[in-house]
Amino acid sequence: MAKSVKVYSTPTCPFCIRTKQFLKESNIAFEDIDVSVDHDKAQEMIARSGQMGVPVIDIDGQVIVGFDKEQIKEKLGL
Amino acid sequence: MLDLIIIGAGPAGITASVYAARKKMDFLVISKDIGGQTAWSGDIENYTGYQFVTGPELVAKFEEHMRTYKVPMKEGEEALELSKAGDTFIVKTDKASYEAKAVIIASGKRSRELGVPGEAAFKNKGLTYCATCDGPLFAGKDVAIIGGGNSALDAALQMAKIARKTYVINIMEHFTGDAVMAEKIMADKNVEVMHNARVAAVHGDGFVDAISVARQSKTEKLFVKGIFVEIGLIPNSSFLKGVDKNEAGEVKIDSHNRTNITGLFAAGDVTDVPEKQIIIAAGEGSKALLEAFRYLSRKR
Repeated sequence: MAKSVKVYSTPTCPFCIRTKQFLKESNIAFEDIDVSVDHDKAQEMIARSGQMGVPVIDIDGQVIVGFDKEQIKEKLGL
Repeated sequence: MLDLIIIGAGPAGITASVYAARKKMDFLVISKDIGGQTAWSGDIENYTGYQFVTGPELVAKFEEHMRTYKVPMKEGEEALELSKAGDTFIVKTDKASYEAKAVIIASGKRSRELGVPGEAAFKNKGLTYCATCDGPLFAGKDVAIIGGGNSALDAALQMAKIARKTYVINIMEHFTGDAVMAEKIMADKNVEVMHNARVAAVHGDGFVDAISVARQSKTEKLFVKGIFVEIGLIPNSSFLKGVDKNEAGEVKIDSHNRTNITGLFAAGDVTDVPEKQIIIAAGEGSKALLEAFRYLSRKR
């Protein structure tokens, strides 16, 4: 079953772009949440990850901070 | 034992690795990340062949290039120690230990830290080294930019548009960044500039809520939610013992990328090469590899 993947990001953050590139290359569908315009989602990201750095990746409810390729792969079972 | 270990996978290390793969060397790349500072770069308009490319796009192309040549790589590993026993180099990382006949250091540079109490605790909790990345999260809040060079002025201009109030805390008497940007900042009503000012501490409760700033003999507390540290870069060279470095900590190399230690080469921003540019780092990486290859051929 496909996992639910969300990426909290800003359009200007290089590692957000790298994260999304990586997901696309791996054929993983994801919801892209732009926290620079959606302030409620920004608060949600801060509350859930306990920090303010982007990107934050949510895979089936599990939160990964930053473009941590190994962790992302592991959680996605790649 | 390997012929060669390349430490770092920015433009210098990646270029060296592509050359090494094409020469079918027995080698390994060890790096914390792929792309190094290039991954953090915004618009790049001076890399030959690309009229315009972003940092992440160029890194993706670098990665693709490495993948084509099946470059052996340990990603997410950090070199912590380099030593030499006889003719053998030993690289210790946070995960393992490797041996090789030659090493190329291409570990690049990273953001300089303030070195004040509270900095480590509030990293990514209001304190950031990437205004471009995290700036938008501080819209409508009071923030402080630390620094006086171009990257600090750039961050100040960016934040002045979206923050409620922006302080610029500069340790020098004047800004060292471009006058055009400095003038814009001085004229902005939402910006307060503090020269000759030094950050003393970062405060907060879970997240940043204030910063202590010392000016002359006075220390004052500014209530800010965001702190953007933009005080330049330092070379990733502290793990190198017994290697000649200049005052800035950059590894000294000759015109053939040789260090003071036989069999140890270096390339890119971690070295004292004049000018730090992506294209220069890439060129230096290829030079270092060709010299290392020559060195290994002579040893046989």
